[in-house]
Amino acid sequence: MFDQDTICAVSTAAGVGSIAIIRVSGKDAIGIAGRLFDSKGNVKLAHVSSHTIHFGWICDPESGERIDEVLVSVMRRPRTYTREDVIEINCHGGIVPLKRTLKILQREGARLAAPGEFTKRAFLNGRIDMTQAEAVMDVISARTEKSHKAAKEQLEGGLSKATAEIREQVIGLLAGVEATVDFPEEDIETPSGVRIEKEIGEIQKRMSQLISRAAYGRLLREGIAVAIVGRPNVGKSSLMNALLMRERAIVTDIPGTTRDVIEEGLNIDGMPVRIIDTAGIRDTHDMVEREGVKRSLLALESADVVLTVFDGSEPLHDADRFVIEAVGCRKAVIAVINKDDCKRKLESLPALQKHVIVSCKDGRGLEILKREIVAAVTQEAFVRSDHAWVINERHREALEQAAESMERARRSVQDRLSPELIAVDLRDALDQVGTIIGTTYTEDILERIFRDFCIGK
Amino acid sequence: MNEKMRYDVVVIGAGHAGCEAALAASRMGCSTLLLTMNLDTIAQMSCNPAIGGLAKGQLVREIDALGGEMAKCIDRTGIQFRTLNSSKGPAVRGTRAQADKQRYRIAMKDTLEKQTHLDVKQGLVERLLVEDGKIQGVETNIGVQYKSGAVIVTTGTFLKGLIHIGLAHYPSGRAGEFPSVGLSDCLRDLGFELGRLKTGTPARLNGRTIDISRMKIQEGDDPAPFFSFTENTHPLIQLPCYLTYTNPLTHDIIRNSLDKSPLYAGVIKGIGPRYCPSIEDKVMRFSERERHQVFLEPEGLDTEEYYANGVSTSLPYEVQVQLYRSIPGLEEVEIMRPAYAIEYDFAPPTQIRHSLETKKIAGLYFAGQINGTSGYEEAAAQGLMAGINAALKTQNRDPLVLQRSESYIGVLIDDLVTRGTNEPYRMFTSRAEYRLLLREDNADLRLREQGRKIGLVDDAAYALYHEKKREIERELDRIKRTRVKSSEQVNNMLRNRGSMELEDDASLEQLLKRPELTYRDIAAISPLEKPVLPEAAEQVEIQVKYEGYIQRQLRQVERFAGLEQRSIPDDLDYDAVVGLGTEVRQKLKQVRPISLGQASRISGVTPAAISLLMVALEKRRRTGGSQPKTNA
Ligand SMILES: Cc1cc2nc3c(=O)[nH]c(=O)nc-3n(C[C@H](O)[C@H](O)[C@H](O)COP(=O)(O)OP(=O)(O)OC[C@H]3O[C@@H](n4cnc5c(N)ncnc54)[C@H](O)[C@@H]3O)c2cc1C
Ligand SMILES: Nc1nc2c(ncn2[C@@H]2O[C@H](COP(=O)(O)OP(=O)(O)OP(=O)(O)O)[C@@H](O)[C@H]2O)c(=O)[nH]1
Ligand SMILES: [Mg+2]
Repeated sequence: MFDQDTICAVSTAAGVGSIAIIRVSGKDAIGIAGRLFDSKGNVKLAHVSSHTIHFGWICDPESGERIDEVLVSVMRRPRTYTREDVIEINCHGGIVPLKRTLKILQREGARLAAPGEFTKRAFLNGRIDMTQAEAVMDVISARTEKSHKAAKEQLEGGLSKATAEIREQVIGLLAGVEATVDFPEEDIETPSGVRIEKEIGEIQKRMSQLISRAAYGRLLREGIAVAIVGRPNVGKSSLMNALLMRERAIVTDIPGTTRDVIEEGLNIDGMPVRIIDTAGIRDTHDMVEREGVKRSLLALESADVVLTVFDGSEPLHDADRFVIEAVGCRKAVIAVINKDDCKRKLESLPALQKHVIVSCKDGRGLEILKREIVAAVTQEAFVRSDHAWVINERHREALEQAAESMERARRSVQDRLSPELIAVDLRDALDQVGTIIGTTYTEDILERIFRDFCIGK
Repeated sequence: MNEKMRYDVVVIGAGHAGCEAALAASRMGCSTLLLTMNLDTIAQMSCNPAIGGLAKGQLVREIDALGGEMAKCIDRTGIQFRTLNSSKGPAVRGTRAQADKQRYRIAMKDTLEKQTHLDVKQGLVERLLVEDGKIQGVETNIGVQYKSGAVIVTTGTFLKGLIHIGLAHYPSGRAGEFPSVGLSDCLRDLGFELGRLKTGTPARLNGRTIDISRMKIQEGDDPAPFFSFTENTHPLIQLPCYLTYTNPLTHDIIRNSLDKSPLYAGVIKGIGPRYCPSIEDKVMRFSERERHQVFLEPEGLDTEEYYANGVSTSLPYEVQVQLYRSIPGLEEVEIMRPAYAIEYDFAPPTQIRHSLETKKIAGLYFAGQINGTSGYEEAAAQGLMAGINAALKTQNRDPLVLQRSESYIGVLIDDLVTRGTNEPYRMFTSRAEYRLLLREDNADLRLREQGRKIGLVDDAAYALYHEKKREIERELDRIKRTRVKSSEQVNNMLRNRGSMELEDDASLEQLLKRPELTYRDIAAISPLEKPVLPEAAEQVEIQVKYEGYIQRQLRQVERFAGLEQRSIPDDLDYDAVVGLGTEVRQKLKQVRPISLGQASRISGVTPAAISLLMVALEKRRRTGGSQPKTNA
């Protein structure tokens, strides 16, 4: 369990705008990363020599979709930090593609590293020398301390209660199933398949609520991703600068100034926000600009809130219509009508309900826009102020796997499988929940059986 | 000739643990002495006249696979055999038998008496002889000393036993028997921590005064299942049990007498088992229930006594008469032996190793109820392992420690030494994380080889096992390779079974995977000249039908194996492991786990703590820390 498998983690702090590195270590590291990596020259990671760097794309092997442009370093054991095969993925696309890459790595067979685990492996495999052993232990305990502290803070905020309730519910359900197995001669009323199914359904619902709250937690931790899109020259970069109140992006009157995605952090009413300026969207033959447009569309895809910018001093262009189309209606979208200091020529925007009129030149409307940005995410159904606690990646992953186990259990019930087989999946779910709070449960199940059922032949 | 005063192994107490221990040690060639208080209560069943059941049946089959005696003895003296959970999957089926108590006891005594290298003597042990932390022998209450380097204590409920009936109580090891007081004091003086537990038993009723016409009859299975892999007849006449119920009147009688219950009056301090509550407990805790089951089980062929399963109580005798007589069919009943509760000392089992040797005194082993367990099968399993390990030690061989992934015995012992217990510990299938692998049907496949290796499985039994194994492999291979073509005949059969017809062809294995088809069906499609043994056919069916789940559990076992194999030396200094929390450190020091796997099961030990231990172990290895001692 501890050293045979392949682990992955983001190894530089996931700061805004910086390049992040995902590190993968273990016997399948190269195989797993190879399934995600796509290079134009058709480089196969499995065949490249050790300690080489390769340019290419991270693609989702299931959908073929491109996630991020990356540099991948391949380092074969034993000359690596952990003395295992190590892959480092330098990601450029910011936090959202980073997260997706990490998730796909997990789907392909890696697991998130425990605190200090790379260092631990380095030590266990003889990479780090004796004098540093104490330091290794410090790292493990300090990191653990830190994540415990973080976890505890979250736990006090409500995650613990919610998870404990789910766990109790699964244990109660399992107790019924186990009681039919272990006490067949007792005169006890054990749950019917229909009731078990219903109960599983309820538990699944609670799990998915918790998981969706994880999304809100992510917003708090990583910031609301706000993408500014629009056709060229409407004032997207100007809007970014105005919101940041500094000259971060280059502004010119030449359409097609911005060629790549720019990201910058900002705080609105205590909510962390990441403003993402993009290249103007239009049909173009310029190779570089085309790449930029592609990235704008990607940013659009992964943003939490989209600001669609229009130039109020001009009538609606075909390019504007194209943008409206591309944005669609599945996101929190705010139409921003810019250049209100000039004479208004733009008439109507039928497809978009919410719009804010601003001028980047004199600053009017910007405060209203800020309020709307925060309102857009906080109005989403899953978010209410009493759930303002954060659940981290590891917890979310555990809950997702637990939910999958519950689903398997549900199918087993439907297929009328014997109770001990249903129990296998329920126990798996408990194992997963156990990684969030408390790890053992045999005693708890027995406790529940003897509490809920009159046993005693 | 002088009397023999020195033995390789001495066993104290001839209960279910002691008998297995003595047989195992002597069969492994050790000169062995079994000392017990009273030769007429050897292998006495203190409580219900039954052996086996869920998880317990698995234990009995494992004892048999390793070369123990319990399965054979009950097969020869059982008067009713059933398979519990026969409608559920094979992993959770359990064989249970009603025993003829007296014949069981006498059969076991007979086996002991005939065993070479084994002496059976009556004697009450009062003192253990210890020098330099090593056991030297035992001394009886009449001053006789027997010398030995290996002593196994299996004294059951006898250590400072105290019987309660109503508010009356008196020292006794079991109804009608002396307690063992001196030995308890001696253990305490040697530095062992002792705790107090409680258990109870219902009354025995005269069958002539029971009106069975008002009860439901419960017969055994026909054909009757076997516990032992080598037995093939049940020589005794088979008898039914009877089922009746308590009623609101019974419950009123109980409620009105609670002030006379030692349990409710607070006289009893020991902790009783939750799974085996007294009737007063059941009535109080589940007050909404209008009735509770009462099973009347015959105690044997030569007696009228019936055991009233489900109504154990410690209420006063006169209340017992009232309460039993309130039950339909028992209106006129005569109580022959009253129900009672008993409190006794036990030694919290974190004081022993996986080999059941005590950590404190080399060569001293504890097995059975003294370790906080309850039940004949749990006791026998530990007795067997203690006997094996005491013998191995005298022969300078490594101890036999069974894994959780290969046996209930492994689960039992690992639970005890890792977590201890604060109520009488009984085995349940839900305690086994690899439950689907630990089945009654494959106990021999799991353990025969180990039994053979230590010398407890004879040639005949071993040959039988080999034949079964060979047949399973051959047949599994055949059904994988044999393809069935679509034909009128085959499709007719499939249709009859409610199964999809074949379009072109399929292997026998694929057909067997269909839930609606049995091995018998596929064997009929493509018959063998000589059909395989029924036990082999059963294995083939189970292994094919449950393959997905079995594979899943095997993967879990494999995933955890790395931790189980990483052993922790006995003398690891936990104080020097940086970063461990105080509580975790304390627990680790107390339990002294043998492996990282065991450490991970100690409550409160987190994955981070395991990481720290790994680093500490590696550090120790590199500095050439003193060679890890073999320990178990
Ligand atoms: C009242 C009662 C109720 C019970 N109820 C249940 C129940 O409901 N369910 C269940 O599963 N189990 C029950 N049990 C437990 C079951 O009987 C035991 O778990 C099992 O018999 C323990 O086996 P053992 O070999 O450890 O000890 P025992 O079977 O108790 O045997 C101990 C042996 O040691 C001998 N001995 C003791 N001290 C000395 C000494 N100093 N010197 C020499 N010999 C000595 C005794 O004579 C006896 O032969 C009950 C037991 C009792 C007494
Ligand atoms: N009058 C007026 N001009 C503005 C305003 N906002 C932006 N502009 C001007 O519009 C022009 C384009 O501004 P940018 O911010 O570069 O536009 P953009 O949308 O980022 O353009 P691309 O990056 O090329 O897609 C510049 O000349 C700005 O000065 C405004 O509120 N009022
Ligand atoms: Mg721009």
